[in-house]
This record gives sequence, structure tokens and C-alpha cells, in this order.
Amino acid sequence: MKQKFDIIESTCVPLPLENVDTDQIIPARFLKATTREESFFGENLFRDWRYRPDGTPDPGFVLNDPRYGGEILVAGKNFGSGSSREHAAWAIAGYGFRVVISSFFADIHKNNELNNFVLPVVVSEPFLAELFATLAADPSAKVRVDVPAQTVTNLSTGRTESFELNGYKKYCLMNALDDIDYLLEQKAKIEAYEQKHAL
Amino acid sequence: MNTLFDKIWDAHVVDLVEDGPTQLYIDRLYCHEVTSPQAFDGLRARGIRPLRPEKIFCMPDHNTPTHDQDKPIADPVSKKQVDTLAANAAQFGLTHYGMMDPRNGIIHVVGPERGLSLPGMTIVCGDSHTSTHGAVGAVAFGIGTSEVEMVLASQCILQQKPRSMRIRIDGTLGKGVTAKDMALFLMSRLTTSGATGYFVEYAGTAVEALSMDGRLTLCNLSIEMGARGGFIAPDEVTFAWLKGREFAPKGADWDKAVAYWRTLRSGADAVFDREVVFDAAEIAPMVTYGTNPGMGIPVDGAVPALETVPEEGRASFLKSLSYMGFAPGEALVGKPIDYVFLGACTNGRIEDFRAFASVVAGRRKADGVTAWLVPGSWEVSRQIASEGLDKTLAAAGFEIRQPGCSACLAMNDDKVPAGKYCVSTSNRNFEGRQGPGARTILASPLVAAAAAVTGKITDPRTLL
Repeated sequence: MKQKFDIIESTCVPLPLENVDTDQIIPARFLKATTREESFFGENLFRDWRYRPDGTPDPGFVLNDPRYGGEILVAGKNFGSGSSREHAAWAIAGYGFRVVISSFFADIHKNNELNNFVLPVVVSEPFLAELFATLAADPSAKVRVDVPAQTVTNLSTGRTESFELNGYKKYCLMNALDDIDYLLEQKAKIEAYEQKHAL
Repeated sequence: MNTLFDKIWDAHVVDLVEDGPTQLYIDRLYCHEVTSPQAFDGLRARGIRPLRPEKIFCMPDHNTPTHDQDKPIADPVSKKQVDTLAANAAQFGLTHYGMMDPRNGIIHVVGPERGLSLPGMTIVCGDSHTSTHGAVGAVAFGIGTSEVEMVLASQCILQQKPRSMRIRIDGTLGKGVTAKDMALFLMSRLTTSGATGYFVEYAGTAVEALSMDGRLTLCNLSIEMGARGGFIAPDEVTFAWLKGREFAPKGADWDKAVAYWRTLRSGADAVFDREVVFDAAEIAPMVTYGTNPGMGIPVDGAVPALETVPEEGRASFLKSLSYMGFAPGEALVGKPIDYVFLGACTNGRIEDFRAFASVVAGRRKADGVTAWLVPGSWEVSRQIASEGLDKTLAAAGFEIRQPGCSACLAMNDDKVPAGKYCVSTSNRNFEGRQGPGARTILASPLVAAAAAVTGKITDPRTLL
């Protein structure tokens, strides 16, 4: 959903597993939808970890742990690997997350998050390890993500890091504009390219 | 600098967005039914049409059943998704190869096979295995649905230019070792994120010696190392394979195209951001033991011991082994299996069926093993019949099904039941990939065939 980014301060949901692939974020059987209803995908976020085969919630999974909630998902390295399914980003957005913090994201999924106004924040391994420890000790701990300043802060320890975000994408996120809005303005350049490269 | 990737990428730059990504021109967009409907909805919501409909080809593959394709799809949700693609293609004037069209099949098998994917092109599809098309010497990569909408709307995409990486494999592959094993070997060494952020050029004598089918398999799996894509510089093997295909240039245009394609090579002075070199002789037939494709070992090897796994990765490692029902340190040869799947965009081509048939010829499918043999396209299916492989396979107790993605991701009826083991020539062994609770062991068609006739994990070299 297109929404403007500024400063987000929130509690977090920790998922300290590595290589979480998009098949886990949203299994293939939920990809048959032909519309973009984020609420449907959000309800099935991490479906097979979140629910037992009989459909009851698995209390061992963090999304079912009442102590944890918020707009920030914190995940182990190589988050979003595998399938290109944008449904994974729709599920994350649909559940209510606006930021995902990890030490490493898979390329396609990272783009998909950005295209759906979910901000992937890449932090160092020590920052991530400390944040997991903070959240394990205190589920009410908060993190501050300052998009204009491009900084992320563990408010319990005060540890702050800056994160990468190119100027164009930052402008888009802060003004709720997407890439298609931009590309539709570029028709003259596209036609000039095509004329130059016509065989 | 001066890599083939730079040459192709730079030739497609329309513009550089200030302090942002590159606006890259796309020569070919493929659409399948799963990742395109919301993009077409986006066009309607914005009141626009595809800018260059002639460059866009659509076909259903993920939901298609592998039997009775002449009848309506029984699952109403799958049917709706397949019908939606047909309706979108019709509304926007796009080429569509529907189910039962003789050109239908898995998009990554059909594109190269029809000559729609050609050297020097930029190619995208809302599917991570779009890297497959790199085998013809194209820059091909998977994208999300918003990006599909970008390309529909503008024939362009906004992308950060990836870094370049060259993977050289020199030497000769041993008996029973295939392109699939090369890829599984690379993932086991580089991990599933080892090439993230990079576009990979595969090179070296072992890569050059691969057939086009082998190259398609190798490039297909680039994404499983995290790579944005992977490709191989086009050469005489590529040109001979492409010549005469439906959409390949003809006559004088062909000669002109080949003259250009011959220039598509990394310079002798090319500088890659990263380069790794392997010896083909190190590679054995591979199997995976865990729940990501980087968790691979030689078929006659053992699951790593817990002490060898870095501390921060142990929770994921143990979760994975618990899902698979394997223990650290144990050997996999001799483990009973329940299902075998030959097919997918990874191994659904004619050479894969020849390889499988070469092992099962004169033998019988083991009792209790369910085998799904699914050609990647109708073209492959016709070739199987014309070579008589269907008879060889039938004599051994195997049946050929109708083409599609099938059990690779179980969006149709071909689902592996919970707890069952499937030796699969597909590309992902993620939890639940082949059905909730299914346990996938990735392998080559030779390893799959050996498992199919013995009912257990078997080194195919003992049967060759």
C-alpha cells in the first residue's frame, strides 16, 4: 500500500532464523489469488509455521506469542530467498509490518518490499545479534527507524547504525510515489532509445 | 569492466535516474498466470495499455494439471487463474500459448525452444527461474509483480546494476556427473546467498563443453545461489542450437545476428567484482539433505556433523534436519524414498529424459515408488515420442504425463504427501515446496532414475 515514510518507532517481532525463503513467507498454494488483497496474504503470512496441520495456531511460533507485536519484523540473514513471488511482500505488508530488519536480504524480495512500501533495513551482524538479544530479554523493547536520516536505533541499548537507501527511492518512499509513476513520464526517452537501437 | 554483462547491460540503458537506479530497456517479457494478474489489474487501474505488446509472450504453466489438459481444470481457483491470463492477453493483444496449444509448456523451456530468447537480449519474467534464459547468452532475471507492471507499462524496468561475478569450472566432468550436479555443487560451496547482488557469468572448459540443455539447467539454478541471474557467452553450440527455431532470425538476418552475437564475449582484460574457480573433477553426483538447495553433498557422502556448522547457523540446520528426518553425520545412500519427480524448468528437457531412460532401460520401477515424469513442454513431449523414449520408459513401468511445472511447487494436483521423501529434479527443497510436510531431495535425472528403480537413494554410477 502506498504510504508516506518518515520516522517509525515500534516494538518488534523477532524471527531469528537464517535463509527464510519466500515459500515459508507465503506457501505456493496461496498464490492462486488473482487480486492484490493484502489482508488475505497477511492472514496467511508464515502459514505453515504459524498454524498446525489441523489449522490451530502453533503457540511455539512468534506470531502467536502475545508478548510480541509491532510494525517491525526482525529476521536472520538472507531473508526472502527463493521464489520471486511478490505475494511474500504483500503478506508482510498485509500483516501490518512496515519495516523488515535483517543483516542480508535476497535481491528480488528486497525490491518487492520496496515496491510495496515495506522498508528493508540492512544492519550489521553485531547490530542484529544485539537486537535479537534485546528482544529476547524484553519483548516491549522498541526500535526507531528514521527514514529521512537513514538511521536505525535499538532504543534499549542506544546502538545506532545508518542504512543504505538511494536518494530516488527515499524520495519515493517519503512521498508515496512508485516506479511506474516515474516510468510513465519517460516515454520520450524510451522512444528515443528504441529509434537508436532499431535493427 | 568490459565484461559481457557490462556490454549487454550498457547497451540497454535508457537513462540513469539521478541518485537512483538504471532505467533499463527490456527486449522480452514473459508472463505466466501466477505473478501477472495483479500487474494487469494495475494497468486497468491506471487506464493504460502495454507499450510494446509484440515483445510480450504469455502462457500458463504453474497451475496446469499433468493429465487431461483437454478438459477444464477441476480446481476452480486454478482454472480462474489460468482463464484470467487468457483474458488479460486477449484484452491487451498479447501472444498467448494456452493449455493444449502445441507451443505450450513451462515458460523457461518454451522461450529458448521457440527462439524467443536470443543472445544479447534483456529478458524478464515474474519468476525467479528466468535466469534459465541466460544459457543463450542473454541477461535474464526474475522480477516481482510490480516490476512486471513496470515492463508492461513502459518496456523498461528500474534496477540497480548488479555487480559481476565469474564462475569458472575447468576440466572434465566424471562419469554420471551432469550440469545439475555442477549447480548443486556450486550452491553447496557458495551457499544460497553466495552470489546475492551479483550477475554471474559461467565460463571454463567444463561449462563450454555443456550442451544447450545442460547450460539451461546450470543457468536455471543461478538464483539458488542468490544470483540476480547467470549466463554463458554464446558460442557455436548456442548458434547451432538456435538456428531454424521459430522466432530465430532467418536468412540474411540470421547471418547478421550471428556476426553480432560473436562479439558478445567478455574482454581478455575484463575485470569482475568477484571470481571463483573450481575443478570439474571435484564434482560428484549430488543430493540435498536439508531444506535449502545449498545443503548438498555427494550422493555417497554424509550429512555434515553438527560441529562443522557455524554456531549462528545451528538452529536453522537442526530445524532443517528435523523436518527431513535425517541426523547430523549420517550417510544417505540406501535411505528409502517414496516419490520421484523428473521435470521442471530445471530438468524437463529432452536430454533429461534421455538420461533418465538410459538408467531405467531394461530395469523396472521399484514397487511402492510413485514416479511423475513431466516433460517441460509439448515440444519435449513430441521429441520423447519421436525418439521412442516413451516405449523404453513404459517398458520399465513409467508413464509420461502432460507438460507443466507440476510437482516442482505443487500448485496443481501433483503433491507429495506429508512426511514422504521425493527425489526430485526440480530446483527447491524448501519446507512444504512439494506439498505441506513433503520432504524433497534435489538431484539430477540420473540420481532420480537410480532412486526410481531401486526405491532408495542410490549412486547412479553403480548402475551405469
